[in-house]
Order: sequence, then C-alpha cells, then structure tokens
Amino acid sequence: MLDVNNIRKVFAVGTPNENVALDDFSLHVDDGEFVTIVGSNGAGKSTLFNAVCGNFTIDRGSIELDGKDITYMPEHKRSKMIGRVFQDPMKGTAPNLTIAENVALAYSRTGLFPFGLALNRRDKAKFREALASFDMGLEDRMDTKVGLLSGGQRQVVTLLMCTFVTPKLLLLDEHTAALDPATSEKVMQITNDVVTKNKITTLMITHNLNSALHTGSKTIMMNSGKIVVDISGEERARMEIGDMLELYKKANNEALDNDRMLLS
Amino acid sequence: MIADILKIVFDAIQQGVLYGLLAIGIYVAFRILNIPDLTTEGSFTMGLAVSAMCTYTGHPWLGIVLGIVGGFACGTVTGILQTSFEIHPILAGILTMSATYTINLLILGNSPSLQLLGKDTVFTYAREFLALFGFDSKDGSKMVVIAIVAIIVAAIAIWFFKTRLGLCVRAVGDNEAMVSASSINVKCVKIIAIALSNGCIALCGAVITQYQNYADINSGTGTLVVGLASVIIGETLIGKRGVTAGIISAVVGSVIYRLILAFAMRYMSFPASALKLVSAIIVALALAIPVIKKKAALMKQRMGGEKDA
Repeated sequence: MLDVNNIRKVFAVGTPNENVALDDFSLHVDDGEFVTIVGSNGAGKSTLFNAVCGNFTIDRGSIELDGKDITYMPEHKRSKMIGRVFQDPMKGTAPNLTIAENVALAYSRTGLFPFGLALNRRDKAKFREALASFDMGLEDRMDTKVGLLSGGQRQVVTLLMCTFVTPKLLLLDEHTAALDPATSEKVMQITNDVVTKNKITTLMITHNLNSALHTGSKTIMMNSGKIVVDISGEERARMEIGDMLELYKKANNEALDNDRMLLS
Repeated sequence: MIADILKIVFDAIQQGVLYGLLAIGIYVAFRILNIPDLTTEGSFTMGLAVSAMCTYTGHPWLGIVLGIVGGFACGTVTGILQTSFEIHPILAGILTMSATYTINLLILGNSPSLQLLGKDTVFTYAREFLALFGFDSKDGSKMVVIAIVAIIVAAIAIWFFKTRLGLCVRAVGDNEAMVSASSINVKCVKIIAIALSNGCIALCGAVITQYQNYADINSGTGTLVVGLASVIIGETLIGKRGVTAGIISAVVGSVIYRLILAFAMRYMSFPASALKLVSAIIVALALAIPVIKKKAALMKQRMGGEKDA
C-alpha cells in the first residue's frame, strides 16, 4: 500500500544547524496494516509524515501510495487519499464553523458539485448517523461551533472528518497526546474501531509505549531518521513495556555517544 | 424642517444601500476570508470607469456587466500575486491598486473624468419602464433599481456561502492550515474569493457612476475606509452571528454610516472637504469602542475589588 523508498531529507543544508531528518529511510506498509511508530523527539517521525503528505519535497528517494508514485504530487492532491490527525486539537478543524459544516467540508473532498448546498438534508442525516456512532452526544450538537468543543471532542470530529470518506492512508500524529488520560483512552478506542471497521492502512506516532505495543500489528522505533527497531507478530506480542523502554534508552544513548565523539 | 430631514434620510438610505454592495465586498475579503485586501480602491474605480465609458457610448447594461468583469480581473491579479508569488497580501493589493490607476485612466480615454449627463443609464431606463405603469418619479425609480441590485447581490452572496465552495472559502479564512491538509486547493479558493469580493466592489462603482452621471478617476479614494466603516458599524449593531447576518449587517451598517455622515455634514456644518476626516474618525471610533468598553469594565472591576478588600 505505502512504499517509502530510500528517502532523504536534510534541513538547513550548508549551515552549522544542518540536520539530517530522514536518512535513507525505507518503509513498506501492507494494505490494511496498522503500524505504530515510537521514537524520541527529533527522531524524524513527524518529518516522515510531512514527507508522505507533501508538506515539502524530499531530497532523494521516492514515495508510492497504492501503486502510484506520489513523490512530486502537490499536497492538496495527496490529501484526497490521506487523512491526517495532528496532536494539536486546534489544527484539524475550523473553529468558527459548526460541527456539521466541518464534516461537510471533509465530505466535499469526494469531488461533489462545488455549487451544491453544503448542508442539504440528506448529507446532514449521514453526518448525524456517523457522529452518533461515536457515542459522545456530538450528533445533538451539530450546529455548535467547533471552537466551543473540548480538545477530545475536537479530535473525534477531526477523526471523523479524516475517515468519513475512507482514506487510502491514515496518519495519526500523537493525536491523543494533548488529552487527559480518560479522554485519550476513549479517543484511542474510537480510533481502533474506525480503523478496524474500514480496514484503513494506518500509521500512528505515539509516545505511549503501552498503546504502541497493544494497538495495530507492527511497531517501529525511529532514531536519527532511521528505523532502529522493527517488531511484529510473536516477537511483538512477547515484548513488554520494560523491554521497549530498554530499546528506547539504548537507541538514545547511541545517539548521545555519537554526538559526544563528534564534539570531543 | 421635517421635509428637509426626510430628504436627508431618503438620500442617505439610497446611498447607503448602494454603497452596501461595497460593504458586502469588503466583508467577504476582510471578515470571511480574513485577508486585508487593499485592491478595493482600484477595483471600485475600474468598475466605475468601465461602466462610464460603456454608458458614454450608449451601452449602460454592458457597462454594468463589464464593470463586474473588470473587478474580477483586479481581484484575480491580487489573488495570484498573493498565492502563486507569495507577495504579502497588503502589498499585493497596493500593487494592483496602483497599476489599475493607469489602466482606469486609459479606459476613461486618458482623461481624469467623464460627464454622462443626458446619456441613457440603467436609471433612465428604469424610470421609463416604471412610467409605463404610471409610476413616474426620478428618485423613486432610482431607489427601486438600487434596492433590486442590492437584494440580488446579497441573496447570491448568502447562497454562495452555503454552498460547498462557499464553505471552503469560510474555512480558509478560519483555519488555513487545516484546509490545505484536506485536499482543497487553498490558492485556488483564495483567488476565487478575492475575485468575487472585488467583482462586488466593482459592481458598486459601476452602478454609482450611472447614478451620479459622472465618473472621476479619484472616486475610489477612501472607499476602503467607507466599506470598513459600514462593516464595523453593522457588526457593532447586529453582532457577529454568522455569514448571513454578516452580509445583511454590512448593508445595514452602510445605511447607518450614510445617515451619520449626512447629519454630521448638515447640522454640524462640516465643510465637504471634511468628509474623509469624519469618515476616518467614525471608523476609528467604531473600532475603538469594543476595546474601550472592555477596559472600562476591567477598571470598574478593579475599583470594586479594592473596595471589597
């Protein structure tokens, strides 16, 4: 489904702050696979998402989605196929538009007639049904401005907007990190339901090692723009949070050692 | 005395509804799209000049249509400068405004003004048409034309912002980052919205030149302040309650602005040259009032608090 082939991205080329964000990075994700990604800050996780979404063009390598080369495809065209939820609940929704209007906005990406009424009765009924499936009472607040919702509710609306029309790829960028533990769990559960129900190919960045190991079917750990750990199946099922933490520390220490060698 | 006041009120309403078109255009750019677009003075004069020249050669209807097209063109240029070439929105607007001055001068036949007295305009047509039904009034027929145009434009604008494309425009003004991540071509939406806004403003110019039977290359100066004043006065009175209310309140604001201005000029005996100063003061006051209110409330709370303590 998603093939990332030897991509490289260097920021601030030719300055003392030159930073290799993605270093000959390759990743293959099968159709319907749910991959969780962990790694310390600056490991290149979000850069990977940005590269896949087309926020910038990569320096080298290629990206294929569903058999199509999207390396040079403009951002808005890619986003027809890719849904993305950010950590910041403010980022994924328009605060002064109502819930129904936000969902309608996402729905119009199926290439509906641009001069059709955005909130006709038939579409509104569809939105209502979809919101009701989350069991958060959002279906009764469809005419509320999204800016008045809590962070968790906003993330759920964003999640619905990204999956209302099933995307080829769903990217979750620490989408529960800004939420309180209970809400975070609820949003995680909704995420799981939606992804399983629609069999969406998903990549999820998380700092929660527990959800990294217990959601999806594969876990990768990134460091300095590379994959350092790639576990799935039996090995992953046997892995405990403690083991993961060890791997985490090891990866980080190696990076630190390298830096020390350079600086001394 | 009463007749005098009624006349002032009638004229103010007429002009207010007419300039309401300008206010709608400004509302779309400044409030919905959230972009400070300074093309206004250029596109207003563009509509005015095109309409005047067409009327002069005997085609007033064509003048209105081509005037709108001229406004679209100005807006499109500003939009492309802003999005494709990433020029700062304010500068992009100023560039277009500056460039259109030359173009408008050319349209008016290299002359700074054009007299249309005695020429057929949409207003003389309307008067002849209404006279067939026994309604023969110069001012009355003018009012009818202005009201019809304003209602049509407001209705189209209200409908447009309920469509999917209109929703995209509103979302771009609200959270641009989110829209660019959701498969909508932000550049394209911005260009369309700025073009529509300026088309509306140019329509205002196109109707006004036929209304006053006169075109002047400097008519556009100050229109931005007038339009903003109308939008802000409307918001202060009606409040920010969504797009439909916003569009209506822009027109209402425009009427109130004209009323204030008319009475200020008439009874406080300002000279005509003070028009721009008075306009600017009204805008500054209207903008400052909410902040002053907030500060006053805070002050009151603090004073009260000290008493309690």
